[in-house]
Amino acid sequence: MEEKEKNINPDEQQEYVINMGPQHPSTHGVLRLVVSLKGEIVKNIEPHIGYIHRGIEKMCESITYPQIIHLTDRMDYLSAHINNEAVCLNVEKALEIDIPDRIKVIRTIMSELTRIQSHQLWWASFGMDLGGLTCFFYGLRDREKILDVFEETCGGRMLVSYNCPGGVMYDIHPNFQKRVKDFIKYFRKILPEYDQLLSGNVIFHERSKGIGKLSLEDTISYGITGPTGRGSGFSCDVRKHEPYSAYDRITFKEILHTEGDTYCRYITRIDEMWESMNIIEQLIDNIPEGPFAVKMKPIIKLPEGEYYQRVETARGELGVYIISDGNKNPYRVKFRSPNFVNLSVFNHITKGFKIADLVAIGGSLDLVIPDIDR
Amino acid sequence: MDKIQLGEYIKSIDQDLGIKEGKQYVEVTVPPSKLHSLAKQLRDDKEAQFDFLFCLSGVDWGQDLGVVYHLRSTIYEHVVVIKTRTSDREHPQFDSVSDIWKTADFHEREAFDLLGIRFANHPDLRRLFLDSSWGFPLRKDYVDDINIVTK
Repeated sequence: MEEKEKNINPDEQQEYVINMGPQHPSTHGVLRLVVSLKGEIVKNIEPHIGYIHRGIEKMCESITYPQIIHLTDRMDYLSAHINNEAVCLNVEKALEIDIPDRIKVIRTIMSELTRIQSHQLWWASFGMDLGGLTCFFYGLRDREKILDVFEETCGGRMLVSYNCPGGVMYDIHPNFQKRVKDFIKYFRKILPEYDQLLSGNVIFHERSKGIGKLSLEDTISYGITGPTGRGSGFSCDVRKHEPYSAYDRITFKEILHTEGDTYCRYITRIDEMWESMNIIEQLIDNIPEGPFAVKMKPIIKLPEGEYYQRVETARGELGVYIISDGNKNPYRVKFRSPNFVNLSVFNHITKGFKIADLVAIGGSLDLVIPDIDR
Repeated sequence: MDKIQLGEYIKSIDQDLGIKEGKQYVEVTVPPSKLHSLAKQLRDDKEAQFDFLFCLSGVDWGQDLGVVYHLRSTIYEHVVVIKTRTSDREHPQFDSVSDIWKTADFHEREAFDLLGIRFANHPDLRRLFLDSSWGFPLRKDYVDDINIVTK
């Protein structure tokens, strides 16, 4: 009699461990999660990373500064242009070079286009994680239009490598302004469709509201930045707090939501796409005349010292910390990658939720694995 | 607080700390024994409130191994850089700050993985990217004849 009761009561069940990944569609890359479960409830997650660790920081120690830029493309491949910019800004700051306005404006427009296309891909895959397959087609269809703009000006579609120390590689294409304006016009019409498809969907609300709550205190303690942090009310937008490039001459607002659940992180990114379009519209008609690059010495040597530059990528705060000993290659480079830090909170916010929620929470963190492994 | 005030504030905590006003941030050099208490005080003091550890990097300085902490206050927006180093290359060890800032957990595991720096009182100090058969690749004396081609 007693034994029978034991079998029925699910609380008496033992914890068991399953392995999720490294090849799993919802981990968005080669991330392996070892999940402890009791029934369907997640008790603990242990992320195993390093499957695509390439030693980028080590490689940087033996190459020159212009070469480093091409490695940063391969970290967060969806924010490639912003990663490039971080290294360039740091080198320019160390050499105390004044950058003409034209370059600053071009870089800012490109950064915001990068942010939109990154959020589009995130929206596409996040919708698919939750079972809305149509999202994937919508997201990729619109992203293609930005990639075409990139291709025309930079030559590359995803890994653009458009920045170089002292400016950008080539001048913008004559069609650039027209195509960007066409895209904004098109996307302003399309973005409400995203809301119709997912943001207002009752099933989606059930899956995301109240799931994976992250308090403001924990956000700061864990160092969570980007839309994930701002969804919890942490004002951490580097574009506002420490403006670089042309962000100090435009008006835009920092998107903040306070609930800190999966839905807030979702809506923060949607609002950011609107805000990015505002930024581009302010700049696209006023690109100043001038050179697209400052003439630099053929071999760039940074003065001895330490330099730190922060930028806001699509996923959070990227820090580039360069220690130079005066040679043409750096003594030590450290990339403070936003995804690496954001991953550390995964276990904390998933505990106590169901395994299907784990997929939703993982999608809302928007992890890009090459940026974690470096 | 601006850079001068910040320097004076840190001097008021401890006279012996080396304070350097860098180009960008105030840099404080602290011996490993005082690291944890200074970190705790910097976070808890009402005037300072360095509640956001935004970067932690292990560095091989040639003779010494060290750790660099970048701290920011989300309330006052000031930044301080704390540096500590040890000459013991065989068993380098510092106190973990993961009980003060939770983000240090992963950062310290990374420093342990790539530079072999140990952190006392860390909750879960295991290798992160590489398996145990590797050495510590970010050390300057790391030799790998097969994978690293030197000209």
